[in-house]
Amino acid sequence: MKAIITVIGNDKPGIIYNVSKVLFEHTVNIQDISQTILQSYFTMMMLVDLTNMTTDFNALKSTLEQAGEKNGVSIRIQREEFFESMHNI
Amino acid sequence: MTLYNSNIFETVRMIEKENLDIRTVTMGISLLDTIDSSGKKSRQKIYDKITRLAQDLVKTGNQIETEYGIPIINKRISVTPMAIIAAAGDDKDFVAYAKAMDDAAKEVGVNFIGGYSALIQKDFTSTDRDFILSIPEALSSTERVCSSVNIGSTKYGINMDGIALMGQVIKDTAYLTRDADSIGCAKLVVFANAVDDNPFMAGAFHGIGQGEAVLHVGVSGPGVVKSALEKVKGEPLHIVAENIKKTAFKITRAGEVVGQEVAKRLNVPFGILDLSLAPTPEIGDSVARILEEMGLAGCGTHGTTAALALLNDAVKKGGIMASSSVGGLSGAFIPVSEDEGMIAAVQNGSITFDKLEAMTSVCSVGLDMIAVPGDTPASTISAIIADEAAIGVINNKTTAVRLIPVYGKSVGEMASFGGLLGYAPIMPVNGFSSEAFILRGGRIPAPIHSFKN
Repeated sequence: MKAIITVIGNDKPGIIYNVSKVLFEHTVNIQDISQTILQSYFTMMMLVDLTNMTTDFNALKSTLEQAGEKNGVSIRIQREEFFESMHNI
Repeated sequence: MTLYNSNIFETVRMIEKENLDIRTVTMGISLLDTIDSSGKKSRQKIYDKITRLAQDLVKTGNQIETEYGIPIINKRISVTPMAIIAAAGDDKDFVAYAKAMDDAAKEVGVNFIGGYSALIQKDFTSTDRDFILSIPEALSSTERVCSSVNIGSTKYGINMDGIALMGQVIKDTAYLTRDADSIGCAKLVVFANAVDDNPFMAGAFHGIGQGEAVLHVGVSGPGVVKSALEKVKGEPLHIVAENIKKTAFKITRAGEVVGQEVAKRLNVPFGILDLSLAPTPEIGDSVARILEEMGLAGCGTHGTTAALALLNDAVKKGGIMASSSVGGLSGAFIPVSEDEGMIAAVQNGSITFDKLEAMTSVCSVGLDMIAVPGDTPASTISAIIADEAAIGVINNKTTAVRLIPVYGKSVGEMASFGGLLGYAPIMPVNGFSSEAFILRGGRIPAPIHSFKN
């Protein structure tokens, strides 16, 4: 299963580090990553592979949300096929 | 990534800011095999079957909501019209069947169960008649049961005796729930050309042509369409239609992927996807505001019917392309109490009852969630139902009436139903009597174009 992680919030050092750390700790592999500053907001998207993850989806989601709160950003994780089906014919 | 970053953010924005949601996942359950000559046994079988098949519905819905990150607002159940199931029982205590449905709904945790229904489009049996008379008590003594009656179809005409009865049933339901602004009427729909597979309450039931169990999905996103239209301000209307189509496509796909996944996990077939712009009383989730975005100063003014026709058609076209199982009532709903823009339109006088009726000739359902004075005569309510049924039957579309004669209240006052049901200013109805017309009873014959075979 693949998922898309989106991170939005005020820019500051360590956001990417903290998100990747959570993913690394749960053996979630990052397959693609793109990051930019959009209208002064830190904006990041990641495509991740959950095949070998050592936790379940709900737990990963809440861990990411907690990491987001600590860093003052909003982090969402959603299954990738949701986006695929919406935007590809 | 085959996805563009902008696509991803578009989806996130639709959910976060524009209220895109899966409005409902509804499990349709056939109760035909629960028919028993013993009413008591039948009700036990009903309870057992519903709680067995739907035990994981809420849990699975919540899990999918988490994984896809899109809210699934309601998890619901629809069953075979109860008038059919209860007909064979040795006791005629129909309300006991409603209680069995209510208990099962509470056990599995769904907020509504639809199907306390009767199909009398041509005529009724004596059981149907008794059943219909039990509706007021059934709705006032249960919490989650919804009821509907189909009183006409293009194929068979309009059952005017049934309509006369329904006027009184609505009045009685209003009286029995007078302590809560006659809210019982919000759980009762009178249909013409009812569909078998509609996941939206209060009119959902599991048609007898359906399978054992099936999972339907209803998607909604008026806010998303409104926001898409803001990007084509001032452009000609064919551009507007194109824009709505594309947006409807995306919304439908979101529903499709969610519905397929829920169905797979519950091990039941995926039924239909009902792509409807179903509003809520929240700001930013209104169909009326979409119509106004097209250039109308107030919903209900001249041009509103045309704007709604464009909207309804474009929504269907976008949806049809996106899924091969679009069904139900797909299109735009125009309830009053459940739509912030409609409530405002009633309050500022831009919309009237007559205009609402005209709009129902091009919307996806009909006169919906309209509060009228509590002293409206039953025959007037029946006549409103007859008008609406005629629009449906002649034009080969589904129409419905969900009127709330708010007991003890009159024009200018507000009725409040709570939650998604919203609140509504009480609208005036025509004061001239329709009683002699309704008293005639009988049947309005099927229209000439019903002969297609």
